[in-house]
Amino acid sequence: MIPFYLFGAVAVTASLLVIGQRNPIYSVLLLITSFGALAGLYVLLDAPFVAAIQIIVYAGAIMVLFLFVVMLLNAPHEDTEEDLARGIAAQSSAKGTLAPDTRWAPAPGVRVFGASLATLFVLEVVWALTRRGGESGEFARAPVTSVGAIGRSLFTDYGFAFEVTSVLILVAMVGAVVLARRERPSAAKAEPGVGRPHGRHPERA
Amino acid sequence: MTPLLVAQLVLTLFVFVMLLNSAAAMVYMERKVAALLQQRVGPYLVGPKGLLQPIADVVKLMFKEELRPAAADRFLFALAPIISATAAIAAFAVVPFGAETTFFGLLDEPLRLQVADVNVAMLVLFAIASMSVYGIVLAGWSSNSKYSLLGGLRSSAQMISYELSYGLALASVLLLANSLSLADVVDRQAGSWFVVLPRWHVFLQPVGFVVFMIAGIAETNRAPFDFPEAEQELVAGYHTEYSSMSFAMFFLAEYINMVTVSAVATDLFLGGWHGPFLPASLGWIWFLIKVGAILFFYVWMRWTLPRFRYDQLMTFGWKVLLPVAVVNLIVTAAGVLYFGL
Repeated sequence: MIPFYLFGAVAVTASLLVIGQRNPIYSVLLLITSFGALAGLYVLLDAPFVAAIQIIVYAGAIMVLFLFVVMLLNAPHEDTEEDLARGIAAQSSAKGTLAPDTRWAPAPGVRVFGASLATLFVLEVVWALTRRGGESGEFARAPVTSVGAIGRSLFTDYGFAFEVTSVLILVAMVGAVVLARRERPSAAKAEPGVGRPHGRHPERA
Repeated sequence: MTPLLVAQLVLTLFVFVMLLNSAAAMVYMERKVAALLQQRVGPYLVGPKGLLQPIADVVKLMFKEELRPAAADRFLFALAPIISATAAIAAFAVVPFGAETTFFGLLDEPLRLQVADVNVAMLVLFAIASMSVYGIVLAGWSSNSKYSLLGGLRSSAQMISYELSYGLALASVLLLANSLSLADVVDRQAGSWFVVLPRWHVFLQPVGFVVFMIAGIAETNRAPFDFPEAEQELVAGYHTEYSSMSFAMFFLAEYINMVTVSAVATDLFLGGWHGPFLPASLGWIWFLIKVGAILFFYVWMRWTLPRFRYDQLMTFGWKVLLPVAVVNLIVTAAGVLYFGL
């Protein structure tokens, strides 16, 4: 029981700290810590395969890409609303006006959306916690230790879902490539021929 | 405490100390072989034939000043080498290196020479390898230096790219062995075909072996794939700003990773501790010989081949190595299914 509480505490604490960081790199690292603790919980549940996959896929592959993006975007600090307010005040006083600069304030629609999401989450948590003692107490003791069993059910019973998921990921990848490779006239002008067949000049094309 | 538990603890400690020593031995071998290939003498002053040179190196590193760039991220700068060294040492825990033994009758039941007998050992290896990327990336980022950052980014791109081929080569072996446990894979390679040819997987999986070795060299950032630290372009890459023992930890991690990859290659493809002439209880001698041969190959490669260009590395990884590994996996799967290899 002690390892369970240990891993559980680490997972919950790290997850909570993720949203409290100013530096996104630390958020990424805390998320990795949280995933690691989850993997520990899987080991305790006698599912070493799931634990290893959790580390390989989530903590390894996906979070490395997150880290990559954070590092390349070069966004070391996220400004809080107080910082922004201070900046706006300094800006408007420098301009000699008292009119607040609304450039940085989130649109009211965004706030309503965030508030409704938060309410939904709280309701969900309350619902989940009040359901105790029902069917959640006794879960099916499926043999999750066997890699063979997991593979068999993945490719037979859940074959359709598996294939559809892979197509979904492929679509997302193609979408990302399309979005990233959109034509930028200024860049094309600066370097004629880059990314175009036969080096045709964009204006004459 | 039961005798089995004591034996386990002693074994764990033994592996830990031996890994550290193997890094020292590798440094000596690297310098001596490099000298041999370049017609130099190599280290010869410290101890007989320069044998104490690694100790002198470590003492020197320990007494160097520990420097940290003023603009570095303090916590991550300290954490990065720890991640690297921990991942390197942890990976060896699932690698078996000898047959089951009772230690001359000291134990009631035999104990396998392996720190942790996990039934998903191959996946654990893979998971730890994917964790070791963080040490290098964080070192690059937290140093707040352009050379370090470029080295870190390059290395993460390289390791992610070659991890795929590495994993597919592992997968083709696990198809043959029908198990994720390294010990099972080794046990399956006992005996021989037609009396003379040992039943090693390298003869069933020559393509897999080559892919595994190439990807392994890239994973450990060794020449000709040592882009993270390409000294002509990046000073020293991700560890440019590190000095003293924190540098030594990266150094240690690199050599221990080499030892681990060699040990895994021995287990997967070269029959592990199986070999002629010696009884099973002395199989670890065969294991050491095989690992040593692969390590020598590593050093030989480094001092023979020039470094690739970075775009060549990426092109090779994605357009040559990965397709070859995928085709090899499909052919292996078909072979297992239809011919029961």
